[in-house]
Amino acid sequence: MSKVLVVTSGKGGVGKTTTTAALGAALAQRGDKVVVVDFDVGLRNLDLVMGAERRVVFDLINVVQGVAKLPQALIRDKRLENLWLLPASQTRDKDALTEEGVGKVIDDLRGRFDWVICDSPAGIERGASMAMRFADEAVIVTNPEVSSVRDSDRIIGMLDSKTVRAEKGERVEKHILITRYDASRAARGEMLTIDDILEILATPLLGIIPESQDVLKASNVGTPVTLSNADGAPARAYMDAARRLCGDTVPMQVPAERKRFMDRLLRRRAA
Amino acid sequence: MSMGLLRLLRGKKASAPVARERLQILLAHERGMRGQPDLLGVLREEILAVVSKHVTLDPTKVIVRLERGDEVSTLEVDIEVPNDIERKKAAVA
Repeated sequence: MSKVLVVTSGKGGVGKTTTTAALGAALAQRGDKVVVVDFDVGLRNLDLVMGAERRVVFDLINVVQGVAKLPQALIRDKRLENLWLLPASQTRDKDALTEEGVGKVIDDLRGRFDWVICDSPAGIERGASMAMRFADEAVIVTNPEVSSVRDSDRIIGMLDSKTVRAEKGERVEKHILITRYDASRAARGEMLTIDDILEILATPLLGIIPESQDVLKASNVGTPVTLSNADGAPARAYMDAARRLCGDTVPMQVPAERKRFMDRLLRRRAA
Repeated sequence: MSMGLLRLLRGKKASAPVARERLQILLAHERGMRGQPDLLGVLREEILAVVSKHVTLDPTKVIVRLERGDEVSTLEVDIEVPNDIERKKAAVA
């Protein structure tokens, strides 16, 4: 059965697009048929992170407006044959995303893919509300930082009230994905802990992605991080998150602190 | 020298618990406000309407501020009234 998953956050720059690409690739690596859809009209970037920026011909708005057929706009990944991209438009007005039009495209995608992953733009405006509108599940990308947690709370409120599922009295299944987690800063008490975030947001955890050079390197070369360095900590964390999305029980790996010499010397414990 | 050791020497507290507490207080408030009309906006409009009945004023010169405290909150309404109003009134009369 096909699932529509929105990757959202409220706040910008927390890792939505990276996460969309990584989870999309991870699910496709498992054998599922996946499409990642960019809803950031005017500021598309998923094509760039996926390394398909030079292959964009038609986009989501062309399909919504009937200028192009869905199969014409879908771009097949060069590395994974069951991973596809539906890019956002770079120029057109975001008001072109009508609810009816988006609903039709999502329905069509449901018939073709196991996973429809919608990459939400930042903010709470039209693009963001359209990205979550038809979702069955949501991944809320959160950094261990006050403004990100606050915005996540706001987005959770929207998922519980402004989605088709919510309006029908059903639930959108929500997951928190903590990204840019820095174990040594957490140990020094400089960063909200995982437990703090989960308690405040009262939403289950999908995974913890450690802060890592791998993520920047992956976007530099236009490859989802699960493919660019499959053995690295972020790739493994994303693969585990993808398995959890599929219903597997996977033990949660909390990124370990790389202890510094002085800390070892003083035998300091986590705060 | 590591930040951890610096903090230890200076006796500074970790900032994460402060973040946690501030968030809990803020979100408890924001969740309660969700779906409610924008109180400050409504107040501003109504105050503006009342005052405009008696004096001509520039809507952009009306500032409504709310400061939330632990025990009480203060509502501050700052209305800039042009100085020539009294004179104009006298002239009309």
